[in-house]
Amino acid sequence: MKCQKCAKPATFHITDIVEKGKHREYHFCDEHARQHLAPPEEALEAPTMSEIAKNLIVTNAPGSPREPSPADKQACPVCQITFLEFRNSGRLGCPYDYEVFRDELMPLLENIHGETRHSGKVPRRAPRNTQQQTTLIQLRNELKRAVAAEDYEAAARLRDRIRGIEQEQGR
Amino acid sequence: MTLDDLTKSSGEWLRGTGPESDIVMCSRIRLARNLADFPFSNRANRGEKTEIEAHFRSAIDQAGLELTYIDVNGLGLLDRKFLVERQIISRELSDGEGPRGVAISSLENIAIMVNEEDHLRVQFMLSGFRLPEVWDAVNQLDDRLEEHLAYAFSPQLGYLTACPTNVGTGIRVGVMLHLPGLVQTKQIDKVFRALQKINLAVRGLYGEGSQASGDFYQISNQQTLGKAEPELIKILTDVVPQVLQYERAARQTLLNERRQHLHDQVSRAYGVLKTAQTITSEETMLLLSSVRMGIYLSLIDDLSIATVNELFLQTQPFFLQKLRGTELGAEERNVARASYLRSRLSNGRQAPRN
Repeated sequence: MKCQKCAKPATFHITDIVEKGKHREYHFCDEHARQHLAPPEEALEAPTMSEIAKNLIVTNAPGSPREPSPADKQACPVCQITFLEFRNSGRLGCPYDYEVFRDELMPLLENIHGETRHSGKVPRRAPRNTQQQTTLIQLRNELKRAVAAEDYEAAARLRDRIRGIEQEQGR
Repeated sequence: MTLDDLTKSSGEWLRGTGPESDIVMCSRIRLARNLADFPFSNRANRGEKTEIEAHFRSAIDQAGLELTYIDVNGLGLLDRKFLVERQIISRELSDGEGPRGVAISSLENIAIMVNEEDHLRVQFMLSGFRLPEVWDAVNQLDDRLEEHLAYAFSPQLGYLTACPTNVGTGIRVGVMLHLPGLVQTKQIDKVFRALQKINLAVRGLYGEGSQASGDFYQISNQQTLGKAEPELIKILTDVVPQVLQYERAARQTLLNERRQHLHDQVSRAYGVLKTAQTITSEETMLLLSSVRMGIYLSLIDDLSIATVNELFLQTQPFFLQKLRGTELGAEERNVARASYLRSRLSNGRQAPRN
């Protein structure tokens, strides 16, 4: 059987219940089935900032969304987010991502802000040693995995290292 | 202070006392901040969010800030939506999950959201057009918190945020404007287009942009990277007076050319609000907008602006349910809303607050 909307073979056979006792049958290829099943578009509202960002990210990031970018599979060693996940959600996973995805993010920042260098307030206390920050996030991740794997010996070691760094930082 | 106490008071920013408050309801600035040692909220697990919350709460204690912390994770839907209506928390924080909350001051000028899109969203607001004052206040607040928290910051990119649209200063500078004149003279779209051209965002009272939001519009910056905070604030302090001028001119045109019609519209709006037995939220917003303009044009002289400002929020669905202490269906809300309006607007005397 062919798809009702094109020449491809129909692989989806859908029965919609129109009202009580009445139904309608559809035969679609993958693509048209997806179109048919997609919820109607929501009423137009003023786009929120994250939507604007998402559009910018989707349209401006290297490689269009359909054409995966070589960076898509790249993952942050600290929080494990992939560049593709960021492109889909518009949100980064941790402060270190700005380092990891630097080459991809710079053109994006240029597009959003027209600039790529901060000017303005600087925290009074010197920013914490970056190495220590990322190590902490990484160790916490390893701790999570160790606990999940019930490797309590490793977990105890990791906890000690985390405490050590935290104490060094004076907290 | 408990949530129930909030139904008996209202935020300073609603009092209509600041400069230009005939049009500028309030000025607000928020700063997006993240703690250096944690993943951003969307990648943080329960334990990490709990730690972030604990660090923040200990920072406000150590800084000696007199703030009440509301644990949003422990609130029911009704209370959460009530806080959204009050502009204390965002929809995102309300609908989120896991440990999260908001610290507020008794006048509700300060609201610091915890574990929203960013770990901290530090907000300060004042009634009227007072952005430089608001910046001084939020800047100091941020300094005091920063003494006890290590923020994620890079010398090149500034304050690091979950969304690249906020990176750099992490600042959103906004004013909430009441623009019924521009809406009625159909010039509002023109003004919006001009604002969007200079890269400012325009939104309605609760994010949407329709007349159903009482002709209130929020204007704010979009750029956060590459310009210092005072420069970003100046963009608004330069452009908002022009919008105010257009709005005043539009109101004057309405007065000059259609005085009787306008007076009739305002009086009818006031009359309906004072006497209706059942009324929807949309109609209430529409009518309150006319009444608010009518007060400033001296077409109504027995009603305070603070009362009208408060009513925009206090006729919202969740405030009414909070006031009644129970869930209400749409029909019941319309009846409760009309009854509340009658009690607050009863002529010639201050209505009881409950």
